[in-house]
Amino acid sequence: MTASTLERTAPAAEPAVKPRRRLTGAGFMRAYVWVIIAWLVLPIAVMILFGFNDTPGRYNQSWVGFTFKWYARLFELSNLTQALINSLLIAVVSSVLSAALGTGIGYALGRYRFRGAGSLNLVMFATISSPELIMGASLLTLFASLQVGLGAVTITIAHVMFSISFVATVVRARVMTLDRSVEEAAADLGATPWVTFWKVTFPLILPAVFSGVLLAFALSIDDFIVTNFTAGTTETFPLFIWGATRIGIPPQVNVMGTLIFAAGVLFAVIANVRSRKATKKD
Amino acid sequence: MKNRVKRQLAPYLLVLPGGVWLLIFFAVPMITMLSLSLQEGDIVNGYRFTGHWQTYVDAISAYQTQIVRSLIYGAITTIILIALAFPVAYWIAFHGGKRKSTYLFLLLLPFFVSFVLRTISWRQILTDEGPVVSPLKSIGLVGDSFHILGTPAAVIGGLVYNFLPFMVLPIYVALERIDPRVVEASRDLYADPITTFRKVIFPLALPGVFAGVLMTFVPASSDYVNSEVLGSSGTTMIGQVIQAQYLVNSDYPTASALSFVLMAVLLIGVFTYARMLGTEDVMKVAAR
Repeated sequence: MTASTLERTAPAAEPAVKPRRRLTGAGFMRAYVWVIIAWLVLPIAVMILFGFNDTPGRYNQSWVGFTFKWYARLFELSNLTQALINSLLIAVVSSVLSAALGTGIGYALGRYRFRGAGSLNLVMFATISSPELIMGASLLTLFASLQVGLGAVTITIAHVMFSISFVATVVRARVMTLDRSVEEAAADLGATPWVTFWKVTFPLILPAVFSGVLLAFALSIDDFIVTNFTAGTTETFPLFIWGATRIGIPPQVNVMGTLIFAAGVLFAVIANVRSRKATKKD
Repeated sequence: MKNRVKRQLAPYLLVLPGGVWLLIFFAVPMITMLSLSLQEGDIVNGYRFTGHWQTYVDAISAYQTQIVRSLIYGAITTIILIALAFPVAYWIAFHGGKRKSTYLFLLLLPFFVSFVLRTISWRQILTDEGPVVSPLKSIGLVGDSFHILGTPAAVIGGLVYNFLPFMVLPIYVALERIDPRVVEASRDLYADPITTFRKVIFPLALPGVFAGVLMTFVPASSDYVNSEVLGSSGTTMIGQVIQAQYLVNSDYPTASALSFVLMAVLLIGVFTYARMLGTEDVMKVAAR
């Protein structure tokens, strides 16, 4: 796009030289971008590879040979399986809860002007930009001083806390771009505000709510720092890995990591293709 | 009349549940942490509020090395990130063509793997018997005492790796918003490519750089995973100290005092940086 406009405006004397110089510069940068992508993917490739390593026991550091046996023995370690189940349950509950609470905030901020909106924005900004370490540690002090036992419930509370603002931000952006005349049309046709919301507005913001849920799910299932402070003796998938670091990561962790990675990528690709189809229809 | 009251109440009712949640589980804990940092006692016999500021003095003098080290690591990480991420964001924004979203997706791939697992994977790559260090040793390029793991370089490398997408994305968003006509105008006025970049593109990308710095410097300085997994006792960061004081030693007052010191330093750092940059409205930029 920029290249074609440039050619048009470039002085007539130079065109034979200029495009080539631009090409080599852009080619160099393209190579650089691919090197960065390769660097980002490298540890993921290592993780996937060592899920196929025919290592005799827990020591999974050097390559022995190729095997599928860890996929067959995936659920052999009951602690790890339990940790994964905990992670999934917490992610489901906290993403649904934070979607509900965050949508309320996001809708209100996108639609209404009201007293306190400014401070609410500030608190949301604070939760997004505060160090996770501080949020986790301060929650620990709250639960400790109230003598609340730590476990799956406190982890879920914490995850909802840091996810609300992300959901609200996504929903607010969508609400702000809504065409209000659609809602006005519904009102003109005699729909009550309640009916208008559920029949007209909500379906329109649903994609944003849905991406909010996905974002909250991803944040929750990957979270380590806040979870570490609010877990007590309960283990999630990242906490299990952390605990196993010193005694050796069992290959099953690599397999689960690989499966989560594959599921996430597949899901993202499907969602992307579907949303592209939807925009084409528009 | 009744409808109008309802309409005025609507935003408050919508905000209430989420707002209360944030109040109880974000704002209140900050206060309990502050209060705990001024208390004395231990976890068995309980704590009493004594306004004991001495904890702060003791904590800072005991751990100033780790505090300073964390800020230095955070700053180096952030500078490297800007240098690495800007060309990536620039190329995708201006030369990505129809594949822009594919490139962005590839940059986000690490997010589909747990943060801890990614970092442990790096340890496997960088270990002394691993595929990087042992070939270097066998061809005699480096001595037998050469390590990557356990050095500051490994920790900073891990931080750079883990936070790179958080720097690329905001810069990309800022560059993507630049009206191509502005760039054209600059060329029409006979600015060479370097001048165009320096005077037009870079200033317009600054809000993105600022958001990127905010999203990377704060978490990098307070991180404790990278130093724990990739570092050694010589790279201990303040996050590790705070984590150990809370979860291992259960010295809540010291841990809380350190948390507050860290937060205060980071806040001061961020706002000084915002001033230096001359950004008019920090919140507006950052909230995007």
